Amino acid sequence: MKRGNIIKLVTLVLIVAAAVALSIKPLVDPSKGIPLGLDLRGGVHLVLQAEPNKSGAPITNDDMDKAKAIISKRVNDLGVSEPVIQTDYNNKRLVLDLAGVSDPDQAVNVLKTTAQLTFKDPKGNIVLQGAELTDAKAGQDQSGTGGYVVNLTFSSDGAKKFADLTTKYIGQRIGIYLDDKLLTDPTVNVPITNGQAEITGYSTLQAAANDAVLMRSGSLPVSMTITEKHQVGASLGIDSLHKSIQAGIYGLVFIFLFMLAFYRLPGVVADFSLVVYGLIVLWVFWMFRVVLTLPGIAGFILSIGMAVDFNIIIYERVKEEVRAGKSLRAGVESGFSRAFITVIDAHVTTLIAALTLYYFGTGTIKGFALTLGVGIVASLFTALTFTRLVLRLIVGISAKLNPAWFGVRRDV
Amino acid sequence: MEKGHPATYEEVQKIHPLYFNIVKKRYWWFALSLLVIVPGIISLFIHGLNLGIDFKGGTMIEANFTKAVTQSAITDTMKSVGLSGEVQLSNGNKSVLIRTEALQQEKQTQLMTALQKKVADYDKKTLQVDEVGPSMGQELTRNAFWSLLIAMGLMIAYISFRFQFVFAISGIIALLHDVLVVVGLFSLFQWQIDSTFVAAILTIFGYSINDTVVIFDRIRENETRMRRGDSYEDMVDKSVWQTMRRSVNTVVTVLIALFSVFILGGESTKVFSLAMLIGVFSGAYSSIFNASQILVEIKTHMKKPTKGGKAVRA
Repeated sequence: MKRGNIIKLVTLVLIVAAAVALSIKPLVDPSKGIPLGLDLRGGVHLVLQAEPNKSGAPITNDDMDKAKAIISKRVNDLGVSEPVIQTDYNNKRLVLDLAGVSDPDQAVNVLKTTAQLTFKDPKGNIVLQGAELTDAKAGQDQSGTGGYVVNLTFSSDGAKKFADLTTKYIGQRIGIYLDDKLLTDPTVNVPITNGQAEITGYSTLQAAANDAVLMRSGSLPVSMTITEKHQVGASLGIDSLHKSIQAGIYGLVFIFLFMLAFYRLPGVVADFSLVVYGLIVLWVFWMFRVVLTLPGIAGFILSIGMAVDFNIIIYERVKEEVRAGKSLRAGVESGFSRAFITVIDAHVTTLIAALTLYYFGTGTIKGFALTLGVGIVASLFTALTFTRLVLRLIVGISAKLNPAWFGVRRDV
Repeated sequence: MEKGHPATYEEVQKIHPLYFNIVKKRYWWFALSLLVIVPGIISLFIHGLNLGIDFKGGTMIEANFTKAVTQSAITDTMKSVGLSGEVQLSNGNKSVLIRTEALQQEKQTQLMTALQKKVADYDKKTLQVDEVGPSMGQELTRNAFWSLLIAMGLMIAYISFRFQFVFAISGIIALLHDVLVVVGLFSLFQWQIDSTFVAAILTIFGYSINDTVVIFDRIRENETRMRRGDSYEDMVDKSVWQTMRRSVNTVVTVLIALFSVFILGGESTKVFSLAMLIGVFSGAYSSIFNASQILVEIKTHMKKPTKGGKAVRA
């Protein structure tokens, strides 16, 4: 009997147990833990497609950057925490992830008003473009009527045009349009020549602020349409999260039991390795800020099922080696090196699938491919380091270890 | 080998209580596979697949109302805002699933307000809206097709490099078998597919070949130990049985994982886990019963002209 090995094994068990206990809190921490996808915490995922304008001018990357800046501004004005906005230059798209929006419909409404801001004279001719407006702010009406106003500031160029407009059409209504939709049509009271205008007559600050946001963020260089939208209610997301965690726990427990029943002592090692495997994968997610989505969790659970495979291949191989007359210790060594070749070939093919899926996939599919890929690499790593170490320690305890513990029947 | 010897064919046969010659009966296995695949392919040509909005484009709204509602109330309200589409009720007629064309935001708001006014109040916290433009669906299909093709090419290259080209071909045929089984069954039963179905098919692609490669690995190992006069068929049969426990046990653990996702994982992963369940099962079947047998078939045909077929087997 080698007492040293037993002590090492016990220490290892304690270390893993401590690692699990210490990992739970940082991993599930709402702000610093593994980030959850919108489908798990509620929110809106939006894909906006830039449409070429009527003149058919191509959309440049610069246009996309401008559009992104404007949309980002609107998102911030909405008070969304940690918005994720990405530009897909190839397809001319903006991808937005807005988590925890209380009223997604309203949010999309404001964002989606990606239209171009124009000022039109009473005859409907466009006089001013949104780009010539430098600022728009909501505020209280200073004249004491108790209403709310939007204060406009124009660029010097815009100020000139606005002066012309307001001088020419005094007493008439000028229209402020977003695309072809009338936002407001104030009456010109006095000619405004200093580039500082005020639109009065809003009954609530909210209404004024909404218009101000739309005017301030100015015209997008391109108009955009929604090509994809996934909106998940907050409690629905939590429900999905609970369900998938439950699925994961049940799956894990049954795999544990199966391995125990079938492989006895090595089964314990396999289960133990699975815990280490799970821990490694979750920490990798945490480290690289991999956003966990519903398909991602499904991929993770699936990868647990597949991670056991390495153990099964090794154990079956060890059994064969022992049956062929080797000692347990020699069997474990040659079983490992032989199984390694098998596993590498088998896993590379799966990895090929995961990589192509990651490369071609979009959105949630990418998340799934990533969890699958991380899972494959982590399972190889766990088996080669941890499982091998533990098995060596066990067979090193005594030369007279009963092979039956490894599920080997000597009589055949 | 310092002591003992690698198991002989006879020993392998004795270890497995259920032993029978899997390779000899190969035409039965091929027939069984065709029995599942052919109806699927026919259905695929006649009915196609039941494509969800991820492919066709459209809007899917899932709302939970505060009281039970009726199908006609919903359809009438939809009509009042100029929309039509499929309506499904569940959960004591409180949960409603609406499928309709791709809506821009104004239209959606209009519909939801109309529903709230004319039908009943709904819970905003559990509202789920999925909308996909028609062009996205084509993109998804195109991407899926390309990724399958590229993954297949890479796999053939890798297996040819590590094994032999015939192994790669046999493996890929077994792989296409699994994909056809899944796609065919989804067409036969007209289960609706979404973008996760694509992920499932590709995972099956990766997983099934993994299963096959483990058996091929054993064939490769045993092939080098073959002596003159040994039958290739018997060697393959031995290899399949030597890896049988592993094949069965691994598929069991994966199925356990998938079953728990299927049963407990909620609606949104149902399509994925169902496709995976079928695919993994079919993958295990094709790995054990088809892939190596196809290999034997190709190898015997290749050898015939030089060695005169059955005469070699004594």
